[in-house]
Amino acid sequence: MVELIVYGIVLGSIIALGSVGLTLIWGITDLFNCAHGDQITVGAYLALLFSGLLSRIGPLSNPVGPFSFSWGLLLSFIPAIIVSIGLAVLVDRLVYKRMRRTGAHFITAFIASIGVAWALRGFIYIIWGADFHFYSEGLRGMVFLPAGIKLRIDEIFIMIVAWGSVAAVYLFLGRTKTGKALRALADNPNLARVSGINVERMLIWAWGLAGLLVAVAGILYGIETQLRPEMGWIFLLPLFAAVILGGKGSITGALAGGLVMGLAQQVSTLFLVPTYKPAVAFIIMILVLIFRPKGIFGRRSA
Amino acid sequence: MSKLRIENVVSGYGSMDVLHQLSLEVEEGKIVTLLGPNGAGKTTVLRTIFGVLSPKEGKIFYNGEDITGLQPEKVARLGMSYVPQEENIFAALTVQENLEMGAFTREDDFRQRMEEVFEFFPDLTGRRTSRAGDLSGGMRQMLAIGRALMLNPEMLLLDEPSTGLAPFLVEQIFERIQALNKQGVTVFLVEQNAQALSCADSAYILEGGEKKAEGTAQELMNDEEIGRVYLGR
Repeated sequence: MVELIVYGIVLGSIIALGSVGLTLIWGITDLFNCAHGDQITVGAYLALLFSGLLSRIGPLSNPVGPFSFSWGLLLSFIPAIIVSIGLAVLVDRLVYKRMRRTGAHFITAFIASIGVAWALRGFIYIIWGADFHFYSEGLRGMVFLPAGIKLRIDEIFIMIVAWGSVAAVYLFLGRTKTGKALRALADNPNLARVSGINVERMLIWAWGLAGLLVAVAGILYGIETQLRPEMGWIFLLPLFAAVILGGKGSITGALAGGLVMGLAQQVSTLFLVPTYKPAVAFIIMILVLIFRPKGIFGRRSA
Repeated sequence: MSKLRIENVVSGYGSMDVLHQLSLEVEEGKIVTLLGPNGAGKTTVLRTIFGVLSPKEGKIFYNGEDITGLQPEKVARLGMSYVPQEENIFAALTVQENLEMGAFTREDDFRQRMEEVFEFFPDLTGRRTSRAGDLSGGMRQMLAIGRALMLNPEMLLLDEPSTGLAPFLVEQIFERIQALNKQGVTVFLVEQNAQALSCADSAYILEGGEKKAEGTAQELMNDEEIGRVYLGR
């Protein structure tokens, strides 16, 4: 049980990372971005690409301390994040900005995002094929914590990076002027405009932030499991559930929702065959939509 | 001198026109109220002035300058602030963050202004770090106006600030609006509540997107027919 909770926190932290950008963009533009999951995949594969290149420099192919992954992978976070940010902003400029300008219905944008999702995945299939990939073939060391908890050493790294990133995002959104404006915009876009906040400029920040976080989430997810072209698309379901649970545009809600989804999915394996794990996210999402359609931290709560 | 003038404005949503050739004027330094029943198009007037909606016909002048079709984020920089009727606070942000967002376009140090706003609405002072969504109706309205005051506006557009408030709170809000006006702020007050006449200098009556009457607040208050038909007397 305790062990499952720890695994739940590991998974939950990755979901939380992925859901922040999703809820921000949903709150600001009404777009529920279906390509968010595949952006996670792209982030993971970008790191595979860059770590492959970097590992040609001999010493960089050595593993980092006790971890399974190499120095090359650790360094590849930087270029992967930069390209991911660029891609996110570019897709927004090319696709969604045009739609906002013509006042397209949010369903139209939603369907366009499904198209973007398939395009990104197709791109992955073309370049890397349908096979599984691993960042490293090396052995995955374990650690034994008190209370009989058995954890892979990599998972400690995942938790530190994930919650470190979440904390950094939280500080950015809570303390800086741009961060507060992003929250204001996600909470009440009309009032934000009336207050003089430039929506288009803020959206570059929102997509950039989303691009950064999906890259981190994708690489961490890749370390935790393995890389395959469908990884992000399947991951989209718990992401949606986390964001709906948290409430439209609520950052705190998305973080809490992510943690709940991670815990619920892992702990459910006590009672369910693990294959049904994703269904748990589905069931929670449906229950929330029926009983708390505005989410737990949703805006306009009277 | 007219602070704000709208001329023959036609505006609405999609192919539906709500305002039909409407002309209004707000004189500098005054409180002008726009009264009318539900669905008269009052909110549409404010949304069109502030650029949330673009008029299909007609012109809008602010300080003698043509601002027709200007985006709201630009209008906010001209010294005019708008307090919408609904969803007029950032519910997920704290009280203080709401005021900071009101000052978003300011590059200078606005802390002193924030203290002035807290002095103006002392009830908010103890709630600085509360989530705005947790405030009571009266406090929300004060915060909504407070946010709009952060830019030291020359002119304030208010959409039914009395909605859903108990009578003593309505009086308190109207009293605050008059106090603002004494500080030199021109006020355009949209209301359904005829009590607004008691604090206004002049008034317009709007119905079906058309101007039905205009005059000083005194004249309209004393006009029996207007009282009967539009003000529920």
